[in-house]
Amino acid sequence: MTKPRRIVLFVIVALVALAMVFPFAWTFVTSITPDGSLADGPSLYVPNPTMAAYVELFNRLPMGQIILNSVVVSFAATALQLITGSMAGYAFARLQFRAKPVVFAVYLATLMIPLQVLVVPLFIQFRDWNLQDTLFSLIAPSAASAFGVFLLRQAIEAVPKELDEAATIDGAGHLRIFAMVILPLIKPALATVGILAFMASWNSFLWPLVVIRSPELQTLPLGLATLQGLYTTRWDVVMAGSVVSIIPIALVYLFAQRYIIAGVSHTGLK
Amino acid sequence: MMKRRHAAWAVLFLAPSAIPLVLFTLMPMISSIRISLEQWNLISDPKWVGLGNYAKLLASPTTLSVFGNTLGYVAGYLPLVYIGGLALALALNAKLPARGFFRAVYFLPVVTSWVVVALMWKWLLNPSTGVVNAVLGAVGLPQPGWWTDPNWALASVILASAWKDLGFVMVILLAGLQSIPNDLYEAARIDGASAWRLFTNITLPLLTPSTFFVVVISLINGFQVFDQVYVMTGGGPQGASQVVVGQIYDLTFRYGRAGEAAALSWLLFAVILAITIIQMWGQRRWVHHD
Repeated sequence: MTKPRRIVLFVIVALVALAMVFPFAWTFVTSITPDGSLADGPSLYVPNPTMAAYVELFNRLPMGQIILNSVVVSFAATALQLITGSMAGYAFARLQFRAKPVVFAVYLATLMIPLQVLVVPLFIQFRDWNLQDTLFSLIAPSAASAFGVFLLRQAIEAVPKELDEAATIDGAGHLRIFAMVILPLIKPALATVGILAFMASWNSFLWPLVVIRSPELQTLPLGLATLQGLYTTRWDVVMAGSVVSIIPIALVYLFAQRYIIAGVSHTGLK
Repeated sequence: MMKRRHAAWAVLFLAPSAIPLVLFTLMPMISSIRISLEQWNLISDPKWVGLGNYAKLLASPTTLSVFGNTLGYVAGYLPLVYIGGLALALALNAKLPARGFFRAVYFLPVVTSWVVVALMWKWLLNPSTGVVNAVLGAVGLPQPGWWTDPNWALASVILASAWKDLGFVMVILLAGLQSIPNDLYEAARIDGASAWRLFTNITLPLLTPSTFFVVVISLINGFQVFDQVYVMTGGGPQGASQVVVGQIYDLTFRYGRAGEAAALSWLLFAVILAITIIQMWGQRRWVHHD
């Protein structure tokens, strides 16, 4: 490529990067602007920054509790999906049983059912069981994901069977082979499934919106949406809430960015 | 003997995933079919109406409007993220400095939740105090009413969604580009092929598997759009941006018409399934496999 063309390309790439960063920057600027009023016209420079919006935010919503809920729910869902998914993957990849094709087809079918079809009956089910408005109701429906099962089954099938056979000769049973031979060898697939599960759970909105009523059981997306309903005019407070809910995921992203991107691009190569 | 032992192990290994899938996917799925055949406000006893809900939905102009809006969303969103994502992927695939940094920056909105993205863009696109209209006004361009104007509400949602997913599409297409063997380009260059010919004869055909993945995922997700609409416009003004899932939510929790909501969710599923099947069938014609 010629030098001028490379420079033009670089400038375009940098401008798009600015367009990606600007909304975050503007959100932060609004959150420290007094009353969120931008009467003097838009500017990234705030002459008299204030934390008032954050004080208001923490007075109005139990933000500490809401962040904790998001963390607990997302980590629980991720851990459960990794455990249930890798075990099922092992069963489909390594165990011989007559019902396997049928059971596998049923797992496949659950993959095709969108959340929208489930949301009304699932709400009724939790209401009838008196489990609505609990953290359990947020975690349980994402304890297993058929998608995770498929990705992990694929990864286990790629592990040479000779390794299992060697372990069997050494006297290992299925539990030992699963835990000591298979799991360490499918770490990249576990990372991919874990990342996708965590992101999906952390950002999930429709189901929490349906099943949670108590402010102290809200997760971040739900708390934020509620906040917007409370303050249609106080954009500084709404943006302060956005900043607070971006920070935890941004920190995770900062440290695991390489793995997150690799994990996501990996799913596209299937 | 061996077989029986395996069956017991299979039960042990499958139970942890099978129990939640049965309880929270299969059971609600079956009750959703039943609810879709009933008239029910979630409180009093349900009344059996057979296919009445479906007939009512198919005859209702609202159904047409929410499916039309959802289709409009997909039709606006998909070309935007695909062309934008492809351009960025091609740019980053060239040996530019700091490409790892740019890739990370483009992907940042992908990890941000839809609710945050929707709120940020609702504020940027605020018709009276938003920064976008301030800039448009400063350079003498018209300042649309964005999410308060029925003509612009859906466009506002499309804009926010495309901004969020651009990095996702870019990463998938970049992975596809990097799997194209370099010697193909070198051989073609020796034959004197122009950059444009390299792009149309090598890059685009060999990128069709990634393109197919992006299109399938975007269509499935696009037809299920909800979070950003709920936060940015609530489906308004006057239903101008109401989408299918928003209507399912409103029917259930605002109007207490759970039966119709369940029936609508199955209509949505049928549409998504049909589109997916058509694509699977159609891919033989355009997706290149080595």
